[in-house]
Amino acid sequence: MSSEQTTASDEADEPTPVTTGAESVVRALENAGVEHLFGVQGGAIMPIYDALYDSEMTHLTMAHEQGAVHAADAYGAVDGDPGICLATSGPGATNLVTGIADADMDSDPVVALTGQVPTDFVGSDAFQETDTTGVTRPITKENYFADDPDSVGDTVGEAFAMANRGRQGPTLVDLPKDVSNGETDREPGPPRTPPTYVPAETADERAVGRAADALQQADRPVILAGGGVIRAEASEQLGEFAIEHEIPVVTTMPGIGAFPEDHELSLEWGGMHGTGYANMALTMTDCMFAVGTRFDDRLTGGVETFAPDAEIIHVDIDPAEISKNVEADFGLVGDARAVIKQFAAAMDRSPDTADWCERCTDWKQEYPLDYHIEEDAPVKPQFVVEAVDAATDDDTVVTTGVGQHQMWACQYWTFTQPRTWISSHGLGTMGYGVPAAIGARVAADDDQTVVCFDGDGSFLMTCQELTVAAREQMDITVFVLNNQFIGMVRQWQDGFFEGRRMASEYDWMPKFDAVAEAFGAEGFTIDDYDDVEGTIEEALDYEGPSVVDVRIAPEEDVFPMVPSGGDNGLFALRGEHL
Amino acid sequence: MSREESEPPESGLLGPDPENRERPVGRRNSQGIRIDPETEATREPRRTTITALVANEPGVLSKVTGLFSRRQYNIESLTVGTTQNPDWSRITVVVEEPDPNIDQIEKQLDKLVPVIHTRELEREAVERELVLVKMDADEPDKVHAITEMYEGRTLDAGPRTITVELTGREQKIDDALDAFEQFGVREIARTGRTALARGETKTSIAPERLK
Repeated sequence: MSSEQTTASDEADEPTPVTTGAESVVRALENAGVEHLFGVQGGAIMPIYDALYDSEMTHLTMAHEQGAVHAADAYGAVDGDPGICLATSGPGATNLVTGIADADMDSDPVVALTGQVPTDFVGSDAFQETDTTGVTRPITKENYFADDPDSVGDTVGEAFAMANRGRQGPTLVDLPKDVSNGETDREPGPPRTPPTYVPAETADERAVGRAADALQQADRPVILAGGGVIRAEASEQLGEFAIEHEIPVVTTMPGIGAFPEDHELSLEWGGMHGTGYANMALTMTDCMFAVGTRFDDRLTGGVETFAPDAEIIHVDIDPAEISKNVEADFGLVGDARAVIKQFAAAMDRSPDTADWCERCTDWKQEYPLDYHIEEDAPVKPQFVVEAVDAATDDDTVVTTGVGQHQMWACQYWTFTQPRTWISSHGLGTMGYGVPAAIGARVAADDDQTVVCFDGDGSFLMTCQELTVAAREQMDITVFVLNNQFIGMVRQWQDGFFEGRRMASEYDWMPKFDAVAEAFGAEGFTIDDYDDVEGTIEEALDYEGPSVVDVRIAPEEDVFPMVPSGGDNGLFALRGEHL
Repeated sequence: MSREESEPPESGLLGPDPENRERPVGRRNSQGIRIDPETEATREPRRTTITALVANEPGVLSKVTGLFSRRQYNIESLTVGTTQNPDWSRITVVVEEPDPNIDQIEKQLDKLVPVIHTRELEREAVERELVLVKMDADEPDKVHAITEMYEGRTLDAGPRTITVELTGREQKIDDALDAFEQFGVREIARTGRTALARGETKTSIAPERLK
């Protein structure tokens, strides 16, 4: 590093010209407005890290690359702009794979930068070599092998733009060490997508007109809001549209937060563990206005019985989603916000929904989300979720791992704002919660609370990331809903495998409060109802990372439940229904 | 939410059991298509040609074939070659799938960043396939006669083998191969179908900004 470079920060207006591929990569990230990076050092990525030494961007060293990519993913989901993660070649890059696949399934904007062995060694099975672009091709929106120091900066810019524009998703740039080290004086331009990539903005007007006609003639219309609504910043438009025309709103699980769950038109979320009333409405509707959803099987159950009476209006930025899983009667390709505006303009009257809304309200009475408390028995997880919700503000960001705890968090927390529910939906990645809380913490406003609900099994998969939270004194609170089971598996084994609990019982678990303390976080334990409120308050008040080991009722199940591939309208409310 | 409020209900949660709930009258099929019980029909697979104009860059073919295998679509044949513009290649794929899948294949192909334009060709498109057939040379006159009949050419003739070339639509090639079968076919190399739209119709349309 030359002495001129070390003084570069004093001359903020005049950035030092780039001299290497690595510096050009860093400049490209700066051009894109990147402020935070998540990663782990290593041999082949060292030139990039060296160039970061002089950058104003802050880098968070994670304990494991999987932590880096989940943190970047959650960062992107909270912030809206792509999260950036770095890893070295070989094992570094392969450790990113789960998180990249996760981001791909949820359309989360992530840019992964991986080191690679020098180009001369590529293909020779060199030390720490993996065909990273080959491995990640099916799980990235687009990936790149950078082969030229002159263009590597623009390639990183393109990767950023591709992750961000149209349907968001993960992109990856593989950076051979000689390309990073290579000389160049080419300054990268602003991030740009390639000319072959042109996502539609507005939908065809006539198609919108026909679809709007169908919606206003419907007797039992329902809006289905997916994660795409949040990604497109269309929550406000969607809310206004629903309220103006009095159409009940069901969200998908990734769409939670797209419409306030405390509004009377909200039926909360539908699908496998969604509310009974959402699933009744999805089943009985005669016209579904579905925005930014890909009709995942966890939402639809068996497609034969999904919204069987409904004409489906499907709005999506990705044309390939239209009629992929459920055939759309009206396919509208475009940006959710723009299309909802077009739709609002095309509606010259409202459907008559008074009776339908009343039926939806009746279903809320008939099938409430409920659980019951037995005195002198272990704490019910649902109660804990509700208690944390009550103790925090509306803009609190909730992250989770994957399993029963995720469903309870989703069911018993009342989400009212977009970008506050951050979870692993499509891939269902256990271990997502703690690193996601770290990424969310970096992206969230300082006065926003960040909590993580995790399960004992899920927490164990990535709890090493607590070191990062402790080192950075990040204010996050992790509630481990500890039932000493891989609970969701145990529930399925009980329901569908005659109670043969193969490999789902964790009959020995570490003391999670002590684990927290060993990592430098504050540890708490909740054993019974009398501890709940006080301990939650203490943990939330603690400035820094804290972990609450909540010893919950071990055999509590998640209901309602639509068995896999089943009929949404026949959801089970209790075990005897399965 | 308070603990006092949540007295256990008599039999778990409230609401009618699944069998006593309101039910819709409609149904969809396994492809997600709403069906009219009177005219219920499944869509049978059909064989068709999909053409894609793609940027001529490394990895395109792997992206295309990866897409097919990842989504479990079978490729009957696939041909690739450059076009009048050296920056572009044309990929011609033959698939046998039901309609919703054909539609999905086109959309998924279009989604790939290096793909400039993709569509399904109509039936009357100009389609050709090239085949090389190597067979025993015991009856050279007969082989020659059949080669002539199918407008083929003899590329190599020796005392023990004859290799001929044929081009034509798939059906013609299949027929010719059947006819050659009697001579003892040793090896066959088929290129797979390549095709262009007929007449003035454009096979692929590249947007102005890319020209």
